[in-house]
Amino acid sequence: MDKRKIKFLAGSLVIVLAVAWLGFSSFDESVAYYKTVDELQALGDEAYGRRIRVAGNVVPGSIRKEDQGVRFTLEQDGHSLNISYVGKGLLPDTFKDDAEAMAEGRLLPSGEFQSTVIQAKCASKYEATYSQEALKQAAGQKQ
Amino acid sequence: MQVFLTDVGQFAMLLAFGLSCYALVASLLAGKFGHRRLAVTGERAAVAVTALVTVAVMSLWYQLVTSNFQLQYVSSSSNQAMPWYYKVGALWGGQEGSLLFWCWILTLFSLVTVLVHRKRNPVLMPWVVGVVAMVTTFFLLVNNFVANPFDAIGVSRAGEAPVPWTPPDGQGLNPLLQYWAMVIHPPILYVGYVGFTIPFAFAIAALITRELDEEWIRTTRRWMMVPWLFLGTGILLGAMWAYVVLGWGGYWGWDPVENASLMPWLTGTAFLHSVIMQERKGMMKVWNMVLILATFLLCILGTFLTRSGIVSSVHSFAQSPIGPFFSSFLILMTALSLYFLFTRMEELKSENRLDSVVSRESSFLFNNLVLLATTFAVLWGTIFPILSEWVTNEKRTVGAPFFNQVNIPIGLFLLFLTGVGPLLAWRKTSLRSLRKNFSIPLAAGLGAGVLLVAFGMRHFYSTVCLILCVFVTVTIVAEFHRGARARRRQGQGYWQSLWILTFRNTRRHGGYIVHVAMVFLFVGFAGAGFDREKQQAMVPGDRLEISRYTLEMKEVESADNPNYSSAMARMQVSRDGRVLSQIKPEQRLYKTSKQPTSEVALHRTLKEDLYVVFAGPDQDGSRFIIQAYIKPLVAWIWIGGAVFILGTVICLIPNQHERAAQKVPR
Repeated sequence: MDKRKIKFLAGSLVIVLAVAWLGFSSFDESVAYYKTVDELQALGDEAYGRRIRVAGNVVPGSIRKEDQGVRFTLEQDGHSLNISYVGKGLLPDTFKDDAEAMAEGRLLPSGEFQSTVIQAKCASKYEATYSQEALKQAAGQKQ
Repeated sequence: MQVFLTDVGQFAMLLAFGLSCYALVASLLAGKFGHRRLAVTGERAAVAVTALVTVAVMSLWYQLVTSNFQLQYVSSSSNQAMPWYYKVGALWGGQEGSLLFWCWILTLFSLVTVLVHRKRNPVLMPWVVGVVAMVTTFFLLVNNFVANPFDAIGVSRAGEAPVPWTPPDGQGLNPLLQYWAMVIHPPILYVGYVGFTIPFAFAIAALITRELDEEWIRTTRRWMMVPWLFLGTGILLGAMWAYVVLGWGGYWGWDPVENASLMPWLTGTAFLHSVIMQERKGMMKVWNMVLILATFLLCILGTFLTRSGIVSSVHSFAQSPIGPFFSSFLILMTALSLYFLFTRMEELKSENRLDSVVSRESSFLFNNLVLLATTFAVLWGTIFPILSEWVTNEKRTVGAPFFNQVNIPIGLFLLFLTGVGPLLAWRKTSLRSLRKNFSIPLAAGLGAGVLLVAFGMRHFYSTVCLILCVFVTVTIVAEFHRGARARRRQGQGYWQSLWILTFRNTRRHGGYIVHVAMVFLFVGFAGAGFDREKQQAMVPGDRLEISRYTLEMKEVESADNPNYSSAMARMQVSRDGRVLSQIKPEQRLYKTSKQPTSEVALHRTLKEDLYVVFAGPDQDGSRFIIQAYIKPLVAWIWIGGAVFILGTVICLIPNQHERAAQKVPR
C-alpha cells in the first residue's frame, strides 16, 4: 500500500474513532429505561440511581402546585406512583387531569419519583377513534 | 353531493391503484424487452394516475371544507368552528389524509418527470417510470386498503356489522397544529421527502441499464437539489413552529420525528458535495450511488418510524396498522438497492485517485465522511429504543445529551471544513497558497476569539462556534471580493462585477451563499449557550426583571370566539428603562378538544429574543404565572433559513453559458 493511501486511511480512522468516542462517552449517562409503574416498583433497589421514564395517566385531582415544583400521581393498571416535578421548565399545556403523561427522572428511596422532564399527550386523544360503546349508544339512540 | 363526491373520491383512488399497477408492470416489461410502444402506455398510465389521485384529493378537500363528519377522517381532524384555512390544512393533519396527500405529491413529481424526460432519456425512462410506479402503487395500496381517508365512521373491520353514525361535530385539528407555519410546513416537508424518489428511480434505472456515464448523474443532481431545498426549508419551518407554539423556548429537541427529517437531508447534503467529485474527476461513483439510495431509504424509514407508533414522540401519529406494510416495503426497497449496487460494482470504478491529503478532493472526502458519521449517530440514537427492545427485551431510550455531545463537535468540524474546503486547490495545495488564502481569515477568527473572551465569553462550544463563523465568513467574502476585483480591472463596476460573477457560475457562488446561510444558522445555535429564564407569579402592576429587560404586567384580558376562549396578559417591555413595546402572551382553551395551548409573545431583536409565556393562574388563582426567557441570537437561524433558500435557488439557475448553449438549435 502506498503512503498516500495510508495517510487517507489514518485521517478517516481518526474521524471515525473520534465520533465513536464521542458517542460512547455520552451514551451511558443519557440512556433512560422505560418502565411501567408496576415494573418500576418490582425493581426495588436496582431502580435507584438509574434514569427512568415512566408513563401512565394523571390521577384526576392529584396535581398540586407547590413552591418547589409540582406533585402529582400517575396511575397505570391499578398501580400508582407519586411524582414530584423539580424541572426548570413550565409543564406542557397538555399536562392535566387524566392526561397520558411520561415522567423522566429517578426513583428516590422514599418511594417517590423525582422527575426533571414531563411530557404529556392530550387527554382528548389526538387522532382518536370513537370507542365501540359510544358508537353502539349513538346507534341505539337513533332507533 | 357529499355522498356522491365521497364515492367519486373512493373510486378514483381505487382506479388509480389499478392503473398504477399497470404502469409498473408495463414499464418494467418495456424496459426489459426494449418495447417502445409499451413504454409509452406505461407513461400514459402514470399520467392518468396523477389525474385520478388529484380527483381523490379534491374530493377529500371538499369533504373537509363542507365538514362531512360522516367520514372518520374528517370528524377526527376537523370541526365546525375551525377557520377555512385550517380545514384545508386538515388534509395533512392526520394519518390517512396525509398519506393520500403524500401520494398526490408523488404523482405530481412523476408527471413532471414523464413530461421532462420522456424524449431526453429514452433508455432510462421505462425503468424510471417503473420504479416511481412501484412507490406510487405501494402508497395507493396503503391508502385503499389499510388507511382509507374515505372510510365512514363505524365501519368495523373485524367482521362485525358496521354501525352508521354521523357525529354532530368533529374533534377538530389538534390545537397545537393550528398555527400558520403548521399549515405550510407539512406540504413543504413532504415535497422534500417525496422528491427524493425521483433521483432514486434514476439511480436504479442507471444501475439496471448499466448506463452509468455522466448523463444520469447530471440529471440526478438537479432532481436531488430541489427536494433538498424543500426538506431543509421544511425542517426550519418545523423548528420555527416548535419555538413559537410549543412554549418551551427551544426549536430542536432531537425528537424522533425531527431526526427522521434531518437524516435524509444530511445524506442529501453529502451527495451534493461528492457529486462534484464525480463530475469533475470521475471519482466516488459507488459512494454517490450509495448516498442516493440511502437518502430515499432514510425517507421511507423516517415515515415508517413516525407513522407506525413504534417510537414514542411528541408528534407521533396514533398507533396504526400501517407499520408492517412500511417495514416490508422498506426491506424490499433495500434489498433491491443492494442487489443492483453489488452486481454493478465493476462499472462504478473510480477513474482517478486521490493525490494529496491537503486538496479539494480530500476535503470533499472528509466532509462526506463527517456528514455520514453524523447521520449514523442520529440514526443510532433514534432507533436505539427499538434495537434495545429486540435484543435485550428492555425498553431504553437515549436523550438529548447524547445527540448534543456527538453532534456539536461534528457540526463545528463541518463548519471548519466549510471555510477550508473551497479554498484548497484540486489535486494538491502548496504551502504558499495555504498561507496566502488563510492568513487573513485565520487572523480575523482568532482576533474575534480574543475579543469574545475579553468581553467575558466563557462558554466553550459557543466561543469556538463564533470564531469559526468569523473565519468562514471572511473566507467567503474574500472569495467573492477576489473575483469581483479581477473583473473590475476589465472596466466594470464592483457591484456589477459581483452580480455577473455570481451568474457566470451559479453552482459555485450559490454554494457559497448556502455556506453563508450555514454560518448564520451556527451563529444562532451558538446563542443557545447563553439562554436565561425566569418564572414569576404576578398580578397587574408587578414587574419582572430579566437581564436588561423589565416586564410590567398591565392587565389580564379575556376573549372568546367559536374555536377557543383565551386569556392574555398585556405587558409592557422596557430595556434599560426605555419603553420598547407592548406584548400579549396568551393562553387559549380550544373548545372541542378542551385542550389549552400557550401563544408565546416575542420581542425580537437581532441580538436576542425576549420570549414570554403566560401560563395562567397559579394554584389558588390569585396570581398569574409568567415565564420569561432570554434567547440570544435566535433571529439568525431564521435569517439563515432565508439565505439558504436564496443560495439554493441561485444554484438551480443554469449558468450563463449553459443558457446560451440551450438556445442553439441542436
